[in-house]
Amino acid sequence: MRAFSGSDLIYLLYALQWTVALVVIALAMGAPLGLALALMRTSRRRLPRYIAMVFIEVVQGVPLLGLLVFFYFGVPLLAGREVAPVIAVSIAFTAYSASFLGQIWRGGIEAVKGTQWDAAACLGITKWQQFRYVIGPQAFRMSLPPTVGLLVQLIKGTSLVSIVGFVELTRAGQIISAATFQPLLVYSCVAVIYFSVCLPLTHWARALEGRLNGAA
Amino acid sequence: MTGFNLSQILHYQDLFLSGVLMTALLSCIVMFFGSIIGILGAVGVRWGPRPVQYALRAYVEVIRNTPGLIQLFIVFFVLPSFELRLPPFHAAAIAFSIYFGAYAIEIIRAGLDSIPRSQIEAGQCLGITRWEVFRHVICMPALRNIYPAFTSQIVLLVLGTSIASQISAEELFYMGSFVESRTYRSFEVYTFVCAIYLVMVLILKTVFAAGGRILFRWPAHD
Amino acid sequence: MALLEIANVRKSFGSLEVLKGVSLTVEPGEIIAIVGRSGSGKSTLLRCINALEGINSGEIRFRGEPVRQNMKNLRLLRQRMGIVFQSFNLFPHLKVERNVTLAPVLTGKVSKADARELALEVLTRVGLSEKIDAFPGQLSGGQQQRVAIARCLAMSPELMLFDEATSALDPELVGEVLRVIEDMARNDLTMILVTHEMNFARNVSTRLIFMNEGMVWEQGPPAELFANPKTEEFASFIRATKQA
Ligand SMILES: Nc1ncnc2c1ncn2[C@@H]1O[C@H](COP(=O)(O)OP(=O)(O)OP(=O)(O)O)[C@@H](O)[C@H]1O
Ligand SMILES: [Mg+2]
Repeated sequence: MRAFSGSDLIYLLYALQWTVALVVIALAMGAPLGLALALMRTSRRRLPRYIAMVFIEVVQGVPLLGLLVFFYFGVPLLAGREVAPVIAVSIAFTAYSASFLGQIWRGGIEAVKGTQWDAAACLGITKWQQFRYVIGPQAFRMSLPPTVGLLVQLIKGTSLVSIVGFVELTRAGQIISAATFQPLLVYSCVAVIYFSVCLPLTHWARALEGRLNGAA
Repeated sequence: MTGFNLSQILHYQDLFLSGVLMTALLSCIVMFFGSIIGILGAVGVRWGPRPVQYALRAYVEVIRNTPGLIQLFIVFFVLPSFELRLPPFHAAAIAFSIYFGAYAIEIIRAGLDSIPRSQIEAGQCLGITRWEVFRHVICMPALRNIYPAFTSQIVLLVLGTSIASQISAEELFYMGSFVESRTYRSFEVYTFVCAIYLVMVLILKTVFAAGGRILFRWPAHD
Repeated sequence: MALLEIANVRKSFGSLEVLKGVSLTVEPGEIIAIVGRSGSGKSTLLRCINALEGINSGEIRFRGEPVRQNMKNLRLLRQRMGIVFQSFNLFPHLKVERNVTLAPVLTGKVSKADARELALEVLTRVGLSEKIDAFPGQLSGGQQQRVAIARCLAMSPELMLFDEATSALDPELVGEVLRVIEDMARNDLTMILVTHEMNFARNVSTRLIFMNEGMVWEQGPPAELFANPKTEEFASFIRATKQA
């Protein structure tokens, strides 16, 4: 047994980079998939709409913890060989963030008034161009606050990765806690680190929201 | 690898059933106490004295900007240092109530704010008491406004209780990992557990949708 | 005794003084129409009369009893005056019957058993008895405003305040509401009407009040006042409304 020291704190901050890395991966891979889901969900054809709906309902209908272990054990089975945990975990987070992004952005797209589509259609440009230049930017503006909110949700969600032994912030906390027998102190430090990352984002989301409501 | 095989797992159906019941029980307890925190907290944020307002806001910010898992660990490891050695289930109930309460405060406060001043004034002008204005004028429209956010928060809660498995509270997910340790059929076990959660969530959502239709019969948007 | 005495009332919002010493006495049975430019303080005056706003100085008395925002029996006082707002402010989640009888039942004016009968009676007066089981959201603006009037009538008020009761309505719906108010005027109900409908003000009121810059600028019998405005402000106000 040893006391909690400065080097432990540095270890925690070092582990934070894995938390950040996971969030970046989840966003980078989740965003295109989320956009696809949002477009499918607002599609005029029934099949894509239905597929997107089932995907979102299923991913959001199971615990994130369940999603993690499902891919953690499922991906190697599917691949037929050992797979680095980071890959399985990234897939789980991608699915998770994509489902929420799909839902948020769908809301944004639907919030853009139908007359805007009509007006865009009158320009004689393709369906994709209508989205890219007219609908998309407006929808994006409206869904930016909840998107930033999701970022916070993702950061907090990465704490669950600790259960598959992935050493990010929470797991690092567990390791130090076990070594020092000072769980309260260690977990409080961990909480403070999460808090100082999440709080500015929360405030940013709120400011964006306020600006949006002010403009509307 | 011997393909997807559930038969071994289904020997443990009693364990899964008790897991489901414990998850439901935990969710109900948290919903109850968390809602009480939410109601009192929202009233405090809105009408309480300044220091109470600040304290409540700080509480909400801290809870909403830190992971539930860490909160759970802190509650679980803090209580013993106050000579209070609680079973994991109790610790989870406390941690989640604190967590759910913070979200409930935000949701309920927004619901109260969503009622236009003019509605409250119209009530006051009838010469009825403040409580009657709240009870008959503000309450139902505010409930309707918070219903979607509140019910999805409950769904998140039910799913979130799974992390109680990390302090060995014997809810559904914990039962899953127990069965896994006996059968080594990890993928099947967790797929099965996920499926159970999914069914629970779908049932909940159906009930909430029906409840909303029954409770809020008046046309939306005045 | 006068029904309502307003003596030298001042009211400010922050540094903006909206009422700059308003004095006005209303006798039972009078029908007062208040007109004036936007921002002249008409709504504020009505809101002060039933203490939705507190006043900075001066005095308001209702049947000799001072009206103050923090008084103990403010509720009892409000039960004796009705106010109709520009935006109806019906309760969207209650059916018309409940909207109308909520206050009478809660204050014990009528038993739950007799509530429906009371609702029918006042709704008949505004010509809406067939809408008794509708939700406000299922009614037109004019109908909603008539329900709002019925909601006041159900309390048998001694004084009715109207704050631009027809301003939020489509032109074709204004008539039905004005007819209801006219009918109430014939029934000797004391009323204070803030309105932009000049013809209505002229025809229905027993006294016309022109408010300007937070004061009672000019008052008197409507026909006389319209014929010979004493001040340039009122004259130009009349010209402006005629052009509109
Ligand atoms: N709650 C408030 N806070 C600050 N200023 C207010 C408030 N209510 C009214 N005012 C200001 O007081 C002035 C008078 O407002 P009031 O609503 O009484 O005018 P009005 O004569 O009813 O006008 P209108 O014909 O447009 O209804 C306006 O300049 C308005 O901006
Ligand atoms: Mg006004």
